[in-house]
Amino acid sequence: MSPTPLLCVENLRVHFPVQRSSLSKPEAWVRAVEDVSFTLGAGETIGLLGESGCGKTTLGRAVLRLGPVTAGTIRYGGTDITRLEGRALREHRRQFQMIFQDPFSSLNPRFTVGQIVGEPLEIHRLVKDSTTRDRRISELLESVGLDPRLVDRFPHEFSGGQRQRIGIARALAVEPHLIVCDEPVSALDVSVQAQVVNLLQDLQKQRGLAYLFISHDLAVVEHLAHRILVMYLGQVLEEAPASVLCQRPLHPYTQALVSAIPTVDPASKRRRIVLSGEPPSPLSPPTGCPFHPRCPMVQPRCRIEAPVLRNLGDGRRVACHQV
Amino acid sequence: MPLLEIRNLRIDFGAHRVVDEVSLSLDAGKTYSLVGESGCGKSVTALSIARLLATPPASHPQGQILLEGHDVLSMNPRELQRIRGGHVGYVFQEPGASLNPVMRIGTQIREALTRHRPHFANDAEVIRLLRQVGIPAPETRLKDYPHQLSGGMQQRVMIAMALAPQPKLLIADEPTTALDVTVQAQIIELLRDLQQQLGMSILLITHNLGLVGDIADRVGVMYAGQIVEEGQTRDVLQRPRHPYTRALLKSVPELGRAGRRLESIPGTVPRPGDWPVGCRFAPRCPMARSECSLRPIDWNPGSIDHAVRCPYADA
Repeated sequence: MSPTPLLCVENLRVHFPVQRSSLSKPEAWVRAVEDVSFTLGAGETIGLLGESGCGKTTLGRAVLRLGPVTAGTIRYGGTDITRLEGRALREHRRQFQMIFQDPFSSLNPRFTVGQIVGEPLEIHRLVKDSTTRDRRISELLESVGLDPRLVDRFPHEFSGGQRQRIGIARALAVEPHLIVCDEPVSALDVSVQAQVVNLLQDLQKQRGLAYLFISHDLAVVEHLAHRILVMYLGQVLEEAPASVLCQRPLHPYTQALVSAIPTVDPASKRRRIVLSGEPPSPLSPPTGCPFHPRCPMVQPRCRIEAPVLRNLGDGRRVACHQV
Repeated sequence: MPLLEIRNLRIDFGAHRVVDEVSLSLDAGKTYSLVGESGCGKSVTALSIARLLATPPASHPQGQILLEGHDVLSMNPRELQRIRGGHVGYVFQEPGASLNPVMRIGTQIREALTRHRPHFANDAEVIRLLRQVGIPAPETRLKDYPHQLSGGMQQRVMIAMALAPQPKLLIADEPTTALDVTVQAQIIELLRDLQQQLGMSILLITHNLGLVGDIADRVGVMYAGQIVEEGQTRDVLQRPRHPYTRALLKSVPELGRAGRRLESIPGTVPRPGDWPVGCRFAPRCPMARSECSLRPIDWNPGSIDHAVRCPYADA
């Protein structure tokens, strides 16, 4: 990893108020992201793994300053961007982009493909005249495997996989260093999912992109990510290099996640850990370890004392009293 | 006699054929899985079994759907009412959208009982059903409204409701797709346990090949309205014969094989109306020959009990 990481997140917290109306005093706070720290190097992929409601999307948006930040710092290439606003923030925004889950709602239905991909070029004033603009749009479409002759088509004329490619071309338009991918393949069929996964990998090799890859699908994350962060109720429970995490998960929650993946190979009979219950509401998180109500290895201590994320060396961190 | 036998089912929507020559057979107490990508006709096939498709837009299905030997397609409305919910129970993908939001869950389950087992339309039976699907404290839960339950719990309520009339066939259409992985594992485990206790048959509709290996005895792989490969789950998953099944299996990321590049299938699934005349997979098939596009492809039985629609399957 390079000496100064591309992205450095320290003790990030995002809390949302629960209010009867926007004027009343908050009745409670949803702790969507609670004390999360990690670093991401140039050209690296971090997989952010978790079930719905664990705060992974909120974290991804906060990192790009698309959502609120309650506390903590986000450093991008050495600059603290946590409190930047307006023009200064926009300068930096050029370097990080986002790809969204739903390729149907994340593209403006009244824009042509050319307008969608060309918009960031105009916002950031990256092209001088319309000829260079059109040439650039063609290049971008080609780089994601779309026929440049389709620039005047509208999003509804494309399939889900093609629309996701349009979203990727739009993200690439400003030549970012970092792309936050929020479940980019979850809405796609398997055969198309593989196309997009491969495309993301190729683009990373060609352009040295860093990805923060948000997903609930461990198999996809393992395939793409160099390191994986496992989130639960807003907190990171385990971090490890991707292959290590999948082969030797330490946290009981990660162990359950790994064992819960259905496998196409009927010969591999993994021991399945079926967790009881479901993730608790982030409105009333349990005391102690957030995972203790569902943990098969729970001890009295876990109910009282929250475990800290300890460094175990070799890029491995885990928050569990039993490990 | 199999519990369910579908012979040569064909369904059109307007001018477009959506399900084409689908045949399958499901024995009592077994699980059959129809797998395929979106738009392949798997859900339409499932809905047609209890004649739940609105006609129009759908055409009256052609072929035969035999439920314990009786053809569902020639039944009158009275007979159909007995079948729906009674002999055939459905569980759908989005429990939140399938439950009535302004009705307590206990009342919704009792409705199914009143219809099909009136002598048991009481709270005691509702509580027994809720307990059977693993809902904790069912005595208090039956007064809950659907929004007070999580997605996994809602799906359990849906299953309880489907099981209330003691159906012989449970059709589960993507029952876990909207749920988290850990909850998904719980629901699959539940379906397996219930099948062992109650001995019902399950028709599982899914796009997830992993689930198939977990629960199904037999599997039919659908592509563009047709079943293109069918056989014992073990055979199909371990020794797939159709190029589509092979490609599909290779395109699924598997744990522990991260270094390998995923093999994607070029192009996209053709929409109904755009289906090629010959083999429907030919334009995307790595093994396609010119003959493949000339005329419709017939079954190639090959080995016993594992047939494919591909003449070059074992080449």
